[in-house]
Amino acid sequence: MGVRPDHQQPEVASNGTLPHAVPPLRRIVVGGEVPPIRVGDEYGNGSSAQVPEQPAPVPEDQFGPEWYHECMRTESLSISFGEKVAVKEVSLQVNAGQVLALIGPSGCGKTTLLRSMNKLVDLTPTARRTGRILLDGENIDLFDDTQLRKRVGMLFQQPNPFPMSIFDNIAYGLRERGSKRPRKKVLEPIVVDALKRAGLWDEVGDNLDHPALSLSGGQQQRLCIARSLAVTPEVLLLDEPCSALDPISTAIIEETVVQLKDDMAIVIVTHNLQQAARVADQVAFMYLGDLVEYGSADQIFNDPMAERTKDYVRGDFG
Amino acid sequence: MSTTTTRKRKQEAVRQTRAARPKKIKSKDSWSIGDRIGVGLAWFFGLMLCLVAAAITLYMAWKGVSFVNWEIISTSPEASLEQSKTGGFLDPIIGTVLLTVIGAAIATPIGVAIAIWLTEYGRPAPLARFVEAGIEVIVGAPSIVLAIFGLLVFQQGFLSPFSFTAEGGAVFGRSFFAAGAVMSLIALPFVVGGTREALNSIPRHVREASYALGKDQASTIRRVLLPSSRSGIATGSTLGMAQIAGDTAVVVVLLGASLQISPEGDIPGLDVLKGTGSTLTSFVFQNSPAGEGNAPDKAYAAAFVLLLLVILLNLIVNLVTRKGKQVWG
Repeated sequence: MGVRPDHQQPEVASNGTLPHAVPPLRRIVVGGEVPPIRVGDEYGNGSSAQVPEQPAPVPEDQFGPEWYHECMRTESLSISFGEKVAVKEVSLQVNAGQVLALIGPSGCGKTTLLRSMNKLVDLTPTARRTGRILLDGENIDLFDDTQLRKRVGMLFQQPNPFPMSIFDNIAYGLRERGSKRPRKKVLEPIVVDALKRAGLWDEVGDNLDHPALSLSGGQQQRLCIARSLAVTPEVLLLDEPCSALDPISTAIIEETVVQLKDDMAIVIVTHNLQQAARVADQVAFMYLGDLVEYGSADQIFNDPMAERTKDYVRGDFG
Repeated sequence: MSTTTTRKRKQEAVRQTRAARPKKIKSKDSWSIGDRIGVGLAWFFGLMLCLVAAAITLYMAWKGVSFVNWEIISTSPEASLEQSKTGGFLDPIIGTVLLTVIGAAIATPIGVAIAIWLTEYGRPAPLARFVEAGIEVIVGAPSIVLAIFGLLVFQQGFLSPFSFTAEGGAVFGRSFFAAGAVMSLIALPFVVGGTREALNSIPRHVREASYALGKDQASTIRRVLLPSSRSGIATGSTLGMAQIAGDTAVVVVLLGASLQISPEGDIPGLDVLKGTGSTLTSFVFQNSPAGEGNAPDKAYAAAFVLLLLVILLNLIVNLVTRKGKQVWG
């Protein structure tokens, strides 16, 4: 099941909430008081209550490395485009310090789910969203779109640097309203740091003034990563980031992703099961808009609970 | 029965084609006679067009080169009964350039703004369709109609600062400014079209990438979309400039028939805009056998210079479009 073995199973009250001896302090216990995540129950072989157990309230600085605190969570999230329901009642959580892979066949709603997390879905006029999405316990609908998107970055399927220099691409997110301020001197350390973390510094460090569109596809995608990193997101959403890249660039991007997860939560949508196995800590399998199964990568790939998941990871369909 | 025979025949046909397969077949061998005629006609008319274009250019070059000389393009036209003293067409050249620049300067920002609104906002949808229809109307309207309309507008008293005014206070509605403003209508659809095409060619994920960095639509347009559309905008306004340079009706109606540039008022620079003048097109018209001047050699020379100018503008368009391609996967 989607539970870390070292956590004991919580008891579930009849109203579906976790019992707490002491009402948790919201600021400290991130992700307390939430409904359990349902796993595979429509196939009859899952059970309820798969929220990773909360340890007793502890000050934030005592969070050990083995305990991951929730960064983002969806609660009964449904998204429809006109008549078509793309995502049905999905509840899952995204932990800081982990990579969550959304897998499933084409059209299963995984990209829509991902795009709802930074409200890009809302740009589609026909889209309707019900349920809640929480970022650090706060409903994202209460944030200004631009503020939310600074905290939840995104990388797209196609590399899409802007038609400007490498430096300006990375500085773009930091500059206000498209002005040239702050000045290059002020931004330089941030830009250099972002490039280093995205593993691109060694290749482009000497020519930051070159146009970004002259880079190779893999370099462009890493530039896009650096561009997102520059605004210091808490969550990074990756929408099939390697599907347009060659195997070597893919390997570099995957390596980068694994390194980055120490600083943020990462959600990756991928068609590639091997990729999910390589980079993910948690895996969510979606099928026709439903979240069929959600658990650790190890469990999903080696011991899936739902039949659908079993068939999919075995490669019977998809 | 017939079905079995058809089947047999089909099988036979299949067998035959299979047998024939090793021999390399040219795809054209199977073309019907109609297709062959169609392709032949396509070739014929394509080459015909090239021939016509070449004929125009060569004829104008042959006629033009024999009459063009430094003197004719560097002297102002003069009214004289003697043909040898009527001077050259410096003023019309300046007039053409001036009018083209005014027209493009007005049309470009307005056209870009319209294109941005149509592609990036475009709501309510009925209003967007209405705007598109408006552009279609301008494209379809003969320039003489636009010219008459422009005259009507610029003859209004409150617009008198923009045009030549007679002693008694009658507003003539004729000036470089009036002609340029109406010319901008002629260039406008090209600017809108070029910009829209460029904006539409930017994939949606590029806009989304900007939003995903916490930018709003305004900064996205200003910092990402407009810089990416530079070549489209340049192409559109250059094509518009070529249209302006080639238009005659607006010049005749709104710029007046004074061959020389006659400034009006006393503010240097502005006086030229307020005054009247001529362009290469009106000069060609005046000097053609149909006009008052009846000096065909000068008409040929001016037409040749005009043709060179327009070809040059089109070359610029080609250069810009080839150089300014942004490629996203």
